[in-house]
Amino acid sequence: MSELNNRVVEKYRNNFLKEVEANVEEGDWVKMCMQCGVCAGSCPLGDAWEHTPQKLFMMIRAGKRDEVLSSDAMWMCTSCYNCIVRCPRELPITHIMHGLAHYAARLGLSPKNQPTQKFAQLFWDNLTKTGRVNELKLGLNLYFMNGFSEGVKKSLEMRSIGQGMFFAKRLNPMEILGGHGVKDQAGFHAMLDKAREIEDAKLDKFGK
Amino acid sequence: MTDVVATNQTILVVGGGISGMTAALEAAECGKDVILLEKNPSLGGRVSQLYKYFPKLCFPTCGMEINLRRIKARNNLRVMTLAEVTKVSGDKGNYSVDVKISPRYVNENCTACGACSDAVSAEFDNEHNYNLDKRKGAYLPFTMAFPQRYVIDPAMIGTDDAAKAKDACPVGAIDLDMAEENIQLNVGSVVWATGWKPYDAAKIQPYGYDRFDNVITSVELERMMDPQGPTGGKLIRPSDGKEAKDVAFIQCAGSRDRNHLRHCSRICCMASLKQSTYTREKFGDEGKSTIYYIDIRAIDRFEDFYQKVKSDSTVNFIKSKVASVVEDKDTGNPILKGVDTEGYKRYANPHDLVVLAVGMEPSVNFNDAPVDIVSNEFGFIEANPENGGLFGAGCASDALDVNRAVQSATASALRAIQVVNQVAEAED
Ligand SMILES: Cc1cc2nc3c(=O)[nH]c(=O)nc-3n(C[C@H](O)[C@H](O)[C@H](O)COP(=O)(O)OP(=O)(O)OC[C@H]3O[C@@H](n4cnc5c(N)ncnc54)[C@H](O)[C@@H]3O)c2cc1C
Ligand code: SF4
Ligand code: SF4
Repeated sequence: MSELNNRVVEKYRNNFLKEVEANVEEGDWVKMCMQCGVCAGSCPLGDAWEHTPQKLFMMIRAGKRDEVLSSDAMWMCTSCYNCIVRCPRELPITHIMHGLAHYAARLGLSPKNQPTQKFAQLFWDNLTKTGRVNELKLGLNLYFMNGFSEGVKKSLEMRSIGQGMFFAKRLNPMEILGGHGVKDQAGFHAMLDKAREIEDAKLDKFGK
Repeated sequence: MTDVVATNQTILVVGGGISGMTAALEAAECGKDVILLEKNPSLGGRVSQLYKYFPKLCFPTCGMEINLRRIKARNNLRVMTLAEVTKVSGDKGNYSVDVKISPRYVNENCTACGACSDAVSAEFDNEHNYNLDKRKGAYLPFTMAFPQRYVIDPAMIGTDDAAKAKDACPVGAIDLDMAEENIQLNVGSVVWATGWKPYDAAKIQPYGYDRFDNVITSVELERMMDPQGPTGGKLIRPSDGKEAKDVAFIQCAGSRDRNHLRHCSRICCMASLKQSTYTREKFGDEGKSTIYYIDIRAIDRFEDFYQKVKSDSTVNFIKSKVASVVEDKDTGNPILKGVDTEGYKRYANPHDLVVLAVGMEPSVNFNDAPVDIVSNEFGFIEANPENGGLFGAGCASDALDVNRAVQSATASALRAIQVVNQVAEAED
């Protein structure tokens, strides 16, 4: 458990709802849920996950901190926005889901080896290098995410898609040398640093 | 020309539903001079479209008959149908009200023999049955209509059918040259009892009211149960006429929802509980009702009724706001999808027929009416001293059941009486 996690546990004790309201993006909406179930029933992922938004919101109120923060449900959300559109109380459900995922990751409590979480990290690391996504490297990183032999197998499987993208000029083999990026590299990185600074300041306040 | 004498000691009641009839009668029976305006060709309002009343499960026709007898007994109460208010000016104790009267094309000689109706062939959507069937172009709105006088649909004017109707009438009651009239009334106080309308179910896109035949509304079910309704009192499904033995009710269809009506419509839980008894009435133990709900709001004394329905083994309750309805192409069965809050289990349940317990909105939105009156965000009239001698009654003021609508109407009649009494005292 991280130092940060100990700090927030200490501060909020048994009131997980308060903790969520204070620290999770759009978390103060959670108490507005009336448990009607429309979000759960509207989610296209169906029974692919254990905790629907409806259930997560009830678990938060019931103080099931460990189960919520280690759930993989938030990571499965595809941001289809069906739930937001349907919720009779207009809860920003998708945003809360992402907020919870982010919070869990910050505290080091998110599930290990969760593929969408891994991909999110790969995508971020790839994008922040030059300000443009390097499709070739992102694809390769993704295929080799679970080791060398599986990577080779996956690459062969995806060969025809890769070729199609190449002919459609969506994939450039030269990207392997570093790839394209935004013009103002220094400015781009300064912007990211500033964003990180703001986030860290926020993080520093957790539990204080 | 309609000749109506009114003074600033007259009370005007707008809307001839159960609330308007009650307010008008209470005031008239206290000796006041009352005019009751109704925009339809008959008094009765939405109650005349119900099959049975909760909680007693008696027939609304009975109360209607009593009220009509009371109305006929009073010569200080005048009823005007096909009449709508177009403008209100003036102040408490002295209002001037512009009224538009549409032509009925049938005068008071009509004996309601129905010869005109037999003579014509043109048919139109039957609004009394929520357009589920057709009525003739010369018609009586419903059996108990008041006044008992036929109506010629305005679309008939100029057609051969209209001439046939006129020729068929044995007492010369049909006057095809009747024209719209605009009159002005001077009154002391106005009671608004314009009632409610069902929320437009087609707007609730995931429930497919506009796409699937076997998804209907609660108000339509009331008409289907009526022996004089569109199905002759048979509980059958629209797609294939099969008996609807397995009926699902979706609560809060359009209510308690920020995408639709934000308020709780208050009567729809009770309406569905009542309607679950219709399935039992038709099919006994073979009938099955399933009520999908967020929470059941059987207000105050009605808790008993809820408990009674709950103890019926043919009625099943599922705590869940249904997420969507899809149609099984082979059987025509609507399939309800969602997650049961008790246990968080997913379901996909087929039923024969789905009834949407639609919410209530004011039939006249008073934020946007030809009268300056304080109303809330949903368009219902608020009780407010600024309203002077204008009062809301029944569902024009809130989503109410009949019992509460009548209480509210009586209260408004009392307030209106106070206004005209003050006028009378000042003039003495
Ligand atoms: C499915 C369903 C089932 C129900 N079942 C029950 C039940 O079993 N028991 C119960 O107690 N309640 C029941 N209700 C509630 C009941 O219908 C209402 O309480 C009742 O209709 C209220 O009467 P009202 O006179 O206020 O309004 P309305 O019945 O709407 O009457 C208003 C009248 O005003 C007229 N009007 C409208 N606008 C104008 C205008 N501009 N100028 C002149 N006239 C106008 C209308 O034509 C109408 O005649 C049910 C409701 C629903 C939706
Ligand atoms: S749709 Fe909204 S109110 Fe209903 S359970 Fe989901 S979050 Fe709660
Ligand atoms: S009365 Fe029942 S069905 Fe109607 S809006 Fe209220 S809770 Fe929903």
